[in-house]
Amino acid sequence: MTAAFGKDLLGLESLTGDQIRLILDTAEPFKEISERAIKKVPALRGSTIVNLFFENSTRTRISFEFAEKRLSADTVNVSAAGSSVSKGETLVDTARNLEAMRIDMVVIRHSASGAAQFLAERIQSNVINAGDGTHEHPTQGLLDILTLRDRFGDLKGRRVCICGDILHSRVARSNIWGLTKLGAEVAVCGPRSLLPNAIDELGVRIFDRIEEAIEWAEALNVLRLQFERMTAGYIPSAREYNRVFGISRERLDRAKRDVLILHPGPMNRGVEIDSDVADGPHSVILDQVTNGVAVRMAVLYLLAGGKPELAEAAKGGSARGRESGDRE
Amino acid sequence: MTTKTTTVLDARAVERTLKRMSVEIVELNRGTDNLIIVGIQRRGVQLADRLVRMIEGGEGVTVPQGSLDITLYRDDLQTVGPRPVVGPTYLPWELDGKHIVIVDDVLYTGRTVRAALDELADFGRPAAISLAVLIDRGGRELPIHADVIGKKIDVGQGERVDVLVAEVDERTEVVIVPKSAA
Amino acid sequence: MKPIVLRGGMIVDPSQGLNEVGDVLLSDGAVTACGRDIGRPDEVEELDCTGLLVSPGFIDVHCHLREPGREDVETVATGARAAAAGGFTAVCAMPNTDPVTDNQAAVGFIVRQAQRAAAARVYPIGAISVRQEGKVLAEFGEMVGAGAVAVSDDGKPVTSAQLMRTALEYARTFRIPVIDHCEEPTLAAGGAMNEGIVSAQLGLKGIPAEAEEIMVIRDILLARLTGGHVHLAHMSTRGSVELIRWGKERDIKVTAEVCPHHLSLTEECVRGYDTNAKMNPPLRTAADVDALREAVKDGIIDLVATDHAPHHYDEKEREFADAPNGIVGLETALAVVVTNLVEKGYLSFSQLVERMSCTPARIFNLPGGSLRKGGVADVTVFDPSARWSVDASTFLSKGRNTPYDGMTLVGRATCTIVGGSVVYRSGNPAHERERN
Repeated sequence: MTAAFGKDLLGLESLTGDQIRLILDTAEPFKEISERAIKKVPALRGSTIVNLFFENSTRTRISFEFAEKRLSADTVNVSAAGSSVSKGETLVDTARNLEAMRIDMVVIRHSASGAAQFLAERIQSNVINAGDGTHEHPTQGLLDILTLRDRFGDLKGRRVCICGDILHSRVARSNIWGLTKLGAEVAVCGPRSLLPNAIDELGVRIFDRIEEAIEWAEALNVLRLQFERMTAGYIPSAREYNRVFGISRERLDRAKRDVLILHPGPMNRGVEIDSDVADGPHSVILDQVTNGVAVRMAVLYLLAGGKPELAEAAKGGSARGRESGDRE
Repeated sequence: MTTKTTTVLDARAVERTLKRMSVEIVELNRGTDNLIIVGIQRRGVQLADRLVRMIEGGEGVTVPQGSLDITLYRDDLQTVGPRPVVGPTYLPWELDGKHIVIVDDVLYTGRTVRAALDELADFGRPAAISLAVLIDRGGRELPIHADVIGKKIDVGQGERVDVLVAEVDERTEVVIVPKSAA
Repeated sequence: MKPIVLRGGMIVDPSQGLNEVGDVLLSDGAVTACGRDIGRPDEVEELDCTGLLVSPGFIDVHCHLREPGREDVETVATGARAAAAGGFTAVCAMPNTDPVTDNQAAVGFIVRQAQRAAAARVYPIGAISVRQEGKVLAEFGEMVGAGAVAVSDDGKPVTSAQLMRTALEYARTFRIPVIDHCEEPTLAAGGAMNEGIVSAQLGLKGIPAEAEEIMVIRDILLARLTGGHVHLAHMSTRGSVELIRWGKERDIKVTAEVCPHHLSLTEECVRGYDTNAKMNPPLRTAADVDALREAVKDGIIDLVATDHAPHHYDEKEREFADAPNGIVGLETALAVVVTNLVEKGYLSFSQLVERMSCTPARIFNLPGGSLRKGGVADVTVFDPSARWSVDASTFLSKGRNTPYDGMTLVGRATCTIVGGSVVYRSGNPAHERERN
């Protein structure tokens, strides 16, 4: 059997709807493992995984680390601050050094779009993109979609609006790809200065006013507003952003139906989202965090089996090693 | 070599065999106290289900029943690739001090059972674990034996034993699939 | 030096309206006869040009030779040899060297290095401003005296409209064009590729077409104001073409160039984050490529220039946003133009020679661009139908950064003659040795 979706997970753009469904379906049973007293299965025993984080990210790194440890992999965390990267080593040298240490997988977070692909093309290990610049953050997209699927079932025809800074958001891109591939209707809402000029060509609807977005949507994925956007002059102030685009109780109350609230975190309470919304009954923000571990376990698990050359070599030999009544 | 499959047990024979196995399980456990029946995904789960109904019908008690997916405990992930869909594991009881009877369709190399034993150990410390299989086809690669056996058969290298159950396969039957068709 | 006769080639020389099979005789560094029935002079070296095109030597008005400063990446000598291998008999070297070519000594250095190389001619371009800082005007007069043929702050736009105005006015005295790299810096800041659907998908900061067009119209208006000659480097957008048309219709002294890559590749090449598709101005859309091809055909864009920009291989081997801009172009330019413009019916070979030889010579007031009797003996002989696969590892340039590596193209120089001497000949063991 060859890999379910290639050597690496670089983005949702290159996956088919069936491949995305496969990952989500695989994530389902992994949810239960995190509920056990002993939250560990031996599936990746003996695998070495490097979490290569060139950008700070507590939550994504911890989520990956839990996923890796619950699958019994050996993990090493490399952060830019504590490595030769900060001494000016290039990404290609870092890649070659990792390869020389015979690791099995790399989880990479990097500030440059395309960095994960760059790495994947240069090493044989599996590469998982944990966020590259403003390009994609596929596991975040998958966990958002899994959370929506938990509530909605089939996402076909479901209406999801992504709110905020789409221009600089890798989460937005992965969500747009993933959701549209599963047949959902996707919209974006935010100040035009934070939407890519060509956004309509991505096949999404655009709302200039948050009230219209709330009226239309069944779920809102509220993106974090990066404060450096203000200093770069994209918007005037956090205060005005909250007044014009913030998700507040009052705005939600005016909608005809209940709207599910997602947020990839970490939240700026009182900026893009008000606390009573974040903590309210329709918020699934903590479900997202729980699902994050399950989705990442599924991705690690599916990629770990994906060594076609090993599978080829092992054919014949391992055929005998399998239970004859085994279910294919 | 023929490509025709050979039927070993038909639906009624399977039912008879399971009936006998259910009696043996109760005898092995000296009753139904502390008994938990656990089927291995996937066909083991349906067989466990039938066994539990037979035991409950005969004894007039309720027997706890669980399921176990051993995919994540296999020792061959790197070489055969992942099973895309991992089935659910359902073991909502305290296992300490209980007698667990693992149910599977076919016993062959013993590796699945080895994985099941590992997985059970992560859930608790049962007083005893026994194994009940519908078919024992020989060919063990590990020191594992079944306590309750439906039928022992001799099957050649490369031939495959398929257990079909109506719940998932639309008919119940045990067949031998010859090499060329396998 | 023995006279050379180029025998039996198709002579393509738009400067004399020539398009016929004939012979060209070169002696004492000049063209001494051209056409049919030039006789059989004694003691000549004969070059059989049957089946080949013989034209006035190609002139590239825009390349970066990196010397002084980055001799590891290219030198005047390697650049001049690469030019000759690409069929260019002369190139103009941009002043963004280290130190910047902003004074007569620096200009003189490049002239001397070029003479020593004895390959294609190299004409220095001086900086507009001291250290290309966009503040103080450089000494145009002294630089022209030392051999500079134009001024430019290329690599950087002239952001100050006042400085650009002064440069255009001041350059009139010396009858040289002022070349501008048109890019509105605040709009383009941080940009790595064309702004559009592909940049939105790849998550790369885009440079809108308007960043170029705003400066194009500013420069055209300043040329109108001053009467100076502005030459717009590496045009990349459909909008720029419209603005240049507008300027030319009003007899404003504006000329413009386009690079082979902007005539052949689009932003789609950036998918996969290939840093050899990263350049400034960026590769644009198919509609822009179409408009630029039409503009070269119509003469709205006057000429083709390479913007040859060699980089060390590991400088390109990195994250897309951090990789340097530019590709090498001297050894692929002719073939890219033949493949994308001649083969596709936009240009005749005569028009190709005009855009790559006659017009550059005329606009930059350089020798060559003609095979007229008495003119300089700079000649390009090329095979118009040679199909070849680009192999960057065989380039004479030190640079290997090209998106055309591995592509099959049509048209290749077979012999390049500068001042009556053969400086490149395909299959010549000496030149092949240089390749390795």
